[in-house]
Amino acid sequence: MVDHGAALLLLADGRFPAGGYAHSGGLEPTIAAGRVHDLATLEAFLQGRALTAGAVAAGFAAAACGTLSDEDGKRFIALDAELDARMPSPAQRTTSRQLGRQLLRAVGAIRPDPRLEHVGARPHQPIGLGAAVAVFGLGRRDAAWVALHESVAGPAAAAVRLLSLDPFSTHAALARLGPLLDELAGSAVAASHGELDDLPAGGAPLLDIAAEDHAVRHTRLFAS
Amino acid sequence: MSNEQSPAPAQRRALRLGVAGPVGTGKSSLIATVCRNLADELSLGVITNDIYTDEDARFLRSAGVLPGERIRAVETGACPHTAIRDDITMNLLAVEDLERDFAPLDVVLVESGGDNLTATFSPGLVDAQIFVLDVAGGGDVARKGGPGIARADLLVINKTDLGPHVDVDVGRMVADAATARNGAPVLALSRKDEDSVEKLCAWVRWINREHRHGRHLPTDPGPMAPHFHASGEADELFHTHDETR
Repeated sequence: MVDHGAALLLLADGRFPAGGYAHSGGLEPTIAAGRVHDLATLEAFLQGRALTAGAVAAGFAAAACGTLSDEDGKRFIALDAELDARMPSPAQRTTSRQLGRQLLRAVGAIRPDPRLEHVGARPHQPIGLGAAVAVFGLGRRDAAWVALHESVAGPAAAAVRLLSLDPFSTHAALARLGPLLDELAGSAVAASHGELDDLPAGGAPLLDIAAEDHAVRHTRLFAS
Repeated sequence: MSNEQSPAPAQRRALRLGVAGPVGTGKSSLIATVCRNLADELSLGVITNDIYTDEDARFLRSAGVLPGERIRAVETGACPHTAIRDDITMNLLAVEDLERDFAPLDVVLVESGGDNLTATFSPGLVDAQIFVLDVAGGGDVARKGGPGIARADLLVINKTDLGPHVDVDVGRMVADAATARNGAPVLALSRKDEDSVEKLCAWVRWINREHRHGRHLPTDPGPMAPHFHASGEADELFHTHDETR
């Protein structure tokens, strides 16, 4: 097994130019609704996000990673439908496809690979991510790790701008989430080898509602 | 995806023209002026980058200078500088979409979110860029320099009509800017001064022609960069002293 740790760090780096910095993962509207206001509530939010949106994203990223390696275009269509069904919020679906498209645009320029054609032009972000991870020679667990990392690191970075929290305390919260993310990555990989309809399907109704509220807000710092 | 991954040769696609500069210096107003004066002769599109809202896109649409669907807003998540330099993907997709939806476009104007003196466009996003200062921001700003002031393809010193009201010597400010730029073009602009508006339009026509003919490279201006003289026809206002041309 070849070790591709450097490529993994490159893809997981928040500076990877795929436009993710413009999003708060639902944190901005959740703060506006008063549900997150300090470090403890932020940490609970991040944990909830990892267990729901993060776990779903990790399962689909791992599955997409395996699918690109198999060059199975039909399975990408099935994956897309399965993930669509797990996202009741139209605003979240739009954001997910926008982020997936941006990721493919960046990866296509950074590491062109004809296999990316199978993914489609506007994949959901976790599916685009899984494909990107495969292009870089990485495996399912890497895909799950990046998806889980992004599910909490993005909102934590946004929290520094949205709340009076210093960056050390938000990163301490991320560090405490490490074991949970590792555990969820393992579950995601296991699920990715099974039937598509058995992929993780955890939902967060308050995040869905927050996403819809945010989409119609005129003044906002983050796009989602 | 493959058609989105390699940009067309420079002379075949639209000129991508960035407009950067601190907040409130008149970037939207400058773009409205360009559109108002050139929309009849060039096919134009606009991408705005706002910080909190889509205010700039709304302003331009309400100004009626272009059909509303040719003006699109990109949300930059409170990072306007990142969106034009470090992570250009959102803006690049917006530009490519606009070029595809309204093909063939001559010029796409990309307005950065109002930021600071250090923010300039990546050459991966735009072919050329205008940096906008205004006299009300202080007469010493041009002298302070910075990458946008020193290296943008055109430096605009805007709202020159306000000079007497804010105790700024416009002539002095323009001279300071010219010094900071080693002679690269500086335009003193006021939308109330038709001659200055015509010079702005002449520069846009000129840079578009250079791009169209493959003569413009998205690089920093050289020591003998294009500049304009105080007299002459619009088309002759800007030239270089490069013997090979």
